[in-house]
Amino acid sequence: MTKYGMIIDISRCTACYCCFAACKDEYWENDYLPYTAAQPRYGQFWMNIEKKERGKYPYVKAAYMPVPCMQCQSAPCIDAAEDNAVYRRDDGIIVIDPEKAVGQKKIFEACPYGAIYWNEDKNLPQKCTFCVHRIEEGKTPRCAQACPSHAIKFGDLDDPDSEVSRLLNSDTTDILHPEYETSPLVRYVDLYQMNTLFIAGAAVFADTDECAEGVDVSLTGNGVNMKTFTNNYGSFEFDGLAAGVYRLDFTIDNYAPKSLDVQIEEEVYIPAIMLERR
Amino acid sequence: MTETKFGEQLLTNCTSGGPVHVRVKDGRIIGIEPLEVEPDEGAWTIEARGRSFSPPQISRISPYTIAERSRIYSGDRLLKPLKRKDFDPAGQRNQHNRGISEYEEISWDEAMDILASEIERIQAENGPGAILTTTSSHHNWGNIGYRFSAHNRFMSILGAIYAEHNPDSWEGWHWGAMHQWGYAWKLGLPEQYDLLEDALKNTEMIVFWSSDPEATAGIYGGQESTLRRFWLKELGVKMVFIDPFFNFTAMNFSEKWFAPRPGTDSALAAAIAYTWITENSYDRKYVEDRTYGFDKWEAYLLGKEDNLPKSSEWAAGETGIPAREIRALAREWASKKTMLAAGGLGGWGGACRAAYGTEWARMMVLLAAMQGMGKPGSNIWSTTQGAPHNTDFYFPGYTEGGITGVGPLVARGMVKQPVRNTLNDAQHVHIPRILVPECIMNPPQQWRGKGFCGDRTETQFKKYRYPEEGFPYIKMFWRYGGSYIGTMNNTNRWVKMYRHNNLEFVVNQSVYKEGEALFADLILPACSNFERVDIGEWAAPQGYGLHKASGLNRRTIVLQKKCIDPLGESKSDYEIFCMAAKKLGFYEKYTENGTTELEWVKRMFNASDLPKHITWEEFEKKGYFVVPMPEDYKSTPALRWYAENRRRDTPDTGPNGGAIQGLPDAEGNLDTQSGKIEFESNSLNRFDPNDNERPPVPHYIESWEGHHTQDLYDKFPLQLITPHPRYSFHTMNDGKDCWMNEVPEHRMKCKDGYYYWVIRINGQDAKKRGIEENDIIKAYNDRGEVLLAAQVTERIPPGMAHSFESCAVYDPIGDPGDCADRGGCINLLTPHRFISKNANGQAPNSCLIEVEKWEADQDD
Repeated sequence: MTKYGMIIDISRCTACYCCFAACKDEYWENDYLPYTAAQPRYGQFWMNIEKKERGKYPYVKAAYMPVPCMQCQSAPCIDAAEDNAVYRRDDGIIVIDPEKAVGQKKIFEACPYGAIYWNEDKNLPQKCTFCVHRIEEGKTPRCAQACPSHAIKFGDLDDPDSEVSRLLNSDTTDILHPEYETSPLVRYVDLYQMNTLFIAGAAVFADTDECAEGVDVSLTGNGVNMKTFTNNYGSFEFDGLAAGVYRLDFTIDNYAPKSLDVQIEEEVYIPAIMLERR
Repeated sequence: MTETKFGEQLLTNCTSGGPVHVRVKDGRIIGIEPLEVEPDEGAWTIEARGRSFSPPQISRISPYTIAERSRIYSGDRLLKPLKRKDFDPAGQRNQHNRGISEYEEISWDEAMDILASEIERIQAENGPGAILTTTSSHHNWGNIGYRFSAHNRFMSILGAIYAEHNPDSWEGWHWGAMHQWGYAWKLGLPEQYDLLEDALKNTEMIVFWSSDPEATAGIYGGQESTLRRFWLKELGVKMVFIDPFFNFTAMNFSEKWFAPRPGTDSALAAAIAYTWITENSYDRKYVEDRTYGFDKWEAYLLGKEDNLPKSSEWAAGETGIPAREIRALAREWASKKTMLAAGGLGGWGGACRAAYGTEWARMMVLLAAMQGMGKPGSNIWSTTQGAPHNTDFYFPGYTEGGITGVGPLVARGMVKQPVRNTLNDAQHVHIPRILVPECIMNPPQQWRGKGFCGDRTETQFKKYRYPEEGFPYIKMFWRYGGSYIGTMNNTNRWVKMYRHNNLEFVVNQSVYKEGEALFADLILPACSNFERVDIGEWAAPQGYGLHKASGLNRRTIVLQKKCIDPLGESKSDYEIFCMAAKKLGFYEKYTENGTTELEWVKRMFNASDLPKHITWEEFEKKGYFVVPMPEDYKSTPALRWYAENRRRDTPDTGPNGGAIQGLPDAEGNLDTQSGKIEFESNSLNRFDPNDNERPPVPHYIESWEGHHTQDLYDKFPLQLITPHPRYSFHTMNDGKDCWMNEVPEHRMKCKDGYYYWVIRINGQDAKKRGIEENDIIKAYNDRGEVLLAAQVTERIPPGMAHSFESCAVYDPIGDPGDCADRGGCINLLTPHRFISKNANGQAPNSCLIEVEKWEADQDD
């Protein structure tokens, strides 16, 4: 069997929006019946890009996440549809029938990911089809074709040799919003960039006012026990954290150990943590 | 041409963002995809650190090129010739109504009658030289129908005066760095050969300084270089970023971000050099053997000249970066083989487009020299050029004259009757683009240097004036394109100029109803390059931009096919010029006796090296040709020859002989007086050793608009930077119903449903002013007011603001030139002052503004 899936590596997304544009180019004014009617010029984002900015100046991170239809194996849109207007193909792709789905706003409302759009002019719910008409010609979806950094990887999840199945089986992928419990065929690498917090800071040798390189830093509390060391800018970082109370411990030869209790609700950067010489 | 099973034709074309396959069905373009090439076409492999690196066999094109279809079928297309309703060439011209009056559709015959009779009248009344022309950059692509070809041939025959372009993207390198290392023939920028391989093999760190290659694409290189930065990251090459904005490259690759206050980059550079000198961590032998005048530089840094050591503590006060972090950066840089990615292209960068941006660019050369520039892994390189590149294959670049007939294209028989290019003639009569409004409204004017000073470094010093002796005042402006309100500086000047009585007649030849087009008396609708035939090589200007296509993974020459008929009554630029030439009586001369565009394309094919590899019929069928890599390709890294003091072995061609400086052809020499990298510039010493705005040794000089200009800073406390845009090529892919408008990093739809241009401000500045994300805000200073969408972000520090330049839409909400612009032309706010008194470059990144929340019903 073939089951198509997509693995999107957030750390490789450069926010070029090539996928976004390619999707519009493929579908604007172009019907691909029986899979989909054309997309309007504006207002629908079958390949939507979400942004997450974390931290405060001067320690900031930014990430962008392409979000197509998740091709859920347990799809709320199928349940919401009447007359089998939404169906799952054998290859896993969910298709909204552009004829049967006319007028069925419930299909649009059913998607917890907001990946289905409502076409006012056509009175029709519409979404990403994984470019099924292209797949049938042996091509890849336009978004994956256009991606210059290979952040969007498309392939057969049932093929053990495919890149997507190897990634899926390597435990490095996550489901966006697993709480929706829809078993998507789209998975993400480095999703922590979108939904977790970090604690970072910079240590300073107080006696010399130099960046404190090579300091052992440990983070404990809230169920974590992590270690790192500062780089040549005295910087350290713990990422992938949940909100809560943590303790930071700094140790390096010849300097007095230092501890800090940090409560985080959002990302925290602690500038100039002064280490006193013993 | 290939046909798919759905009856689609698959054609080829090329754009400023890359080559494409165009899907056409029933006379309509239905899709534009990146050009995919066949396996092994132009393929190469670099072996480095135990890995093999090869590019994919698909062109990595820009997002705005993928969105071309939305631009082609735009509601803003000009589809018929238009005449301003209250313009009567025989009576009232109502110049003051330009930008306000409505237009009426006229026939091409009527348009040509008006055009020709006005030209004849103006020539008769004033003599030659009363017609000004200039072109936009890169609104089309192709060697035949583009500005250096069809436009220049016509205008040269007509004898028009050219508004000379300044090196707008690399001012500081042109007016500054050239005095340190020569490279006049590259307009101050260095060679970049084979530095990708060098970096993959040897580099340990890259310092991206005012450099965002993900955004600026190596100019025309699309996203070709993206993958290379991932390769470098995978190899453990450390990347740090110096930029007031946490930019789109920093996002994925930055291990450390420094955000110097705009205009203080050269203070940071001086402090890095100071640290190297005081800690003895620079390449003393290289400095001794391969450079000139180091003692003066050292004296400046150590404070012997002004009692002010350029220490990290001093620089911290200027830049806002902690002194210890400046020292840490200097030490890491000195300890690692480092590529200095100064600007996005081995040169360029917003820091060089600022007050005294010359000094930063000059210091970049000197910092690289202090760490042995040219030795393995150590160079000025921005990851965007220097892939393996076959330079032996001859195909002309777009700047090389096309049908005008320059150099090899005459020798190779393409052009039989070359025209003397009056746009670049011996008299050098011109107007600098920066001063066009002043020349028109307030003559006379004077300046030094003619746009691109590619002949000699010293041509920067030559004085010019308007009007030149024996020449008339400008009476007519024939503008080709409409971008300048978005791309020039303090552009209410341009609006006022268009409405000035001194311009008797304004023609605009454009594809789109945008920007300046709507200030013309007569509008000539051109078609896009998808509607006419042409031939072009991706990303290849050649000329001053020799081998810039080495930024690509492969040299790709494209037959730019006519995919559809011109929309409406629009015509190709060549056809428009043909019609005008016919009316004016020089059609035979312009066209070489009726040569069609397709015949010109074939002539260029035949004049190039293409026929050695492919027949015309094969080329026409396939639509493109990839230049193969030689089997015995030999890597010759840029400036390795210089570091090793031997004869140059790279394919660079300059200098072109007859240089008045040094002995440029002696082994191992650069084109400077000493033949070496000059810490103390001999050319500037000769010009004026006391020029305190561009002294022989580069200095940090406080900006004429920045945190030291206290009165202004009190009124306008935000320092604005306006880098080149990420989601449009100049103004070309903005507005016009283009899909890029829906990219929220480009434009944002605000509460009134209008797509506003984005400005980025820090959360603290937003809070102080009660501004929230997606609010409409007014940015203003004494020069103008612009309405923008607020993006509240920590990617720009407090006290600074970021907004990409190059908005296409000028949408005044009152009297044009004297009111706020809703379209987003941020350049209404930027200064038009020269970067320094003797360097006639633009300095948009020295700009102070204030912002406030704007309500739609606010009285403005």
